[in-house]
Amino acid sequence: MSNYIKLIALGLVVLFAAIGSNYARDLAYQVHAILVMIIAGGLFIWTLRNTDEPDILVDRSAEYMDDVIRYGVIATAFWGVVGFLAGTFIAFQLAFPALNFEWAQGYANFGRLRPLHTSAVIFAFGGNALIATSFFVVQRTSAARLWGGNLAWFVFWGYQLFIVLAATGYLLGGTQSKEYAEPEWYVDLWLTVVWVAYLAVYLGTIIKRKEPHIYVANWFFLAFIVTVAMLHLVNNMTVPVSIWGSKSVIVWSGVQDAMIQWWYGHNAVGFFLTAGFLGMMYYFIPKQAERPVFSYKLSIIHFWALIFLYIWAGPHHLHYTALPDWASTLGMVFSVILWMPSWGGMINGLMTLSGAWDKLRTDPVIRMMVISVGFYGMSTFEGPMMSIRAVNSLSHYTDWTIGHVHSGALGWNGMITFGALYYLVPVLWKRDRLYSLQMVSWHFWLATIGIVLYAASMWVTGIMEGLMWREVDANGFLVNSFADTVAAKFPMYVVRGLGGVLFLAGSLIMCYNLWMTVRKAPAKEASLTVAVPAE
Amino acid sequence: MEEYTLLRQFADSWMLLLLFVFFIGIVIWVFRPGASKEYKDTANIPFRHADAPAPQQDKPATSKEARQ
Repeated sequence: MSNYIKLIALGLVVLFAAIGSNYARDLAYQVHAILVMIIAGGLFIWTLRNTDEPDILVDRSAEYMDDVIRYGVIATAFWGVVGFLAGTFIAFQLAFPALNFEWAQGYANFGRLRPLHTSAVIFAFGGNALIATSFFVVQRTSAARLWGGNLAWFVFWGYQLFIVLAATGYLLGGTQSKEYAEPEWYVDLWLTVVWVAYLAVYLGTIIKRKEPHIYVANWFFLAFIVTVAMLHLVNNMTVPVSIWGSKSVIVWSGVQDAMIQWWYGHNAVGFFLTAGFLGMMYYFIPKQAERPVFSYKLSIIHFWALIFLYIWAGPHHLHYTALPDWASTLGMVFSVILWMPSWGGMINGLMTLSGAWDKLRTDPVIRMMVISVGFYGMSTFEGPMMSIRAVNSLSHYTDWTIGHVHSGALGWNGMITFGALYYLVPVLWKRDRLYSLQMVSWHFWLATIGIVLYAASMWVTGIMEGLMWREVDANGFLVNSFADTVAAKFPMYVVRGLGGVLFLAGSLIMCYNLWMTVRKAPAKEASLTVAVPAE
Repeated sequence: MEEYTLLRQFADSWMLLLLFVFFIGIVIWVFRPGASKEYKDTANIPFRHADAPAPQQDKPATSKEARQ
């Protein structure tokens, strides 16, 4: 019966998309309509072929739902490489403008590729890592199979569709020009549907848990899911100009719009890139170190302090703007206080290794996780410092900000994700161990040196730029033109690009290593298909 | 009173107090007597049920899923 409803719905989607591709007012919408038409059409045929077939129902409640997580791991690695590649390319585009090829103007110039890079690393790489690890962690710490059956598959594939729609939209000019929230209205709506399903799967699993307590990692993951939903809805309140076009108009205006954008933007950092990844930290570091978290009490205080404070920090993105002084002071004060829970969490992660520090010498995976927490500590010190108005007057609009973001994103998010992937692949594919620990070491050093090159060059160019912009001569005239700073930055831009190359090379080594782990590493059991006996 | 002023006054007084008390309450709750023992058990959750869900005790499995 449900198949008939599915068929009707899919048929209507195909019809609507077909009409849309005809009436489309812009290229992005047209391409997306065709894409949706093909996908919905394919699903229609697939559903049709399975309709009225006898359903073979299997009781799988005695095993975890790991196949969707395996797909998530592959997607994470894939989108990671795509995002790092795009980032490295646009880094060289800034150093060598000739790479903004004439024949690709309007599609592959820096302005179009930049949101592709940021969304690919944050939402595609980071998002897939979060979905996969949260599904993994919530099952293990709830001692229950994922709730909702195939709904988890809908979350996974729906999220991939969101990524593809967002990425192709950017290249074709479908953007609402809000940083980290560029996708246009229909993509936003689709993400909302997927996200509600994600929340349902996650909450459903927690509700049917067999452990009396909800492990702290789940608190962080849940805060991430709920808050991102709230941020997404408020920041994307737009009115489409036409149902046949991608353009929409935001309902907020002026400084309110700016404030909501940075309330969204900073909490995307706070809840997507911090809370969610802290959930990873609180599961994978104890697992890899084979000892429980240093202080569970601290982890609870860490959680509540972090979510109570982060939500107020957004205004520090708008110092010296039309935003009222009290608001920007509020943002600054909360950003500085935020330093405390951040370092509390860092200490909790690091001290989990107390009594097992020797593992740092022998286990490159734990080394990766520890350096990621180290980078977390570093960037959560740098961030509050940069949010202070006096520091911000020097750092804002310079490359220092970009350096800060990358020491957090590459160092903290990237490294903890790599660590989680190295943990997950042998477990999920039932391998005895990783294919090569030496390659993990290579990855570790390439990525670390890459980040150091990146961050160091951006500190130099950022502070130089800030000082050049504010330099005045004896008569009070500005000494440097904007182009002077651009010319002065060239060597640092090349160094930054090289840092990106190293980081990308490390991630390619990881992909090969993970691939060979699945192919060649000795299996833990005879076959993946062996059913786990019910106890 | 204007809507903004009303909400702002509420946010600056009762809501602020509520959130503050809630937070302090959590910190006190965390250090309640007997917490250490309980949290020691909770902190070990990742080391249980690593390979399979907890077995169903009484009832036969109710949820069946379609083949994959």
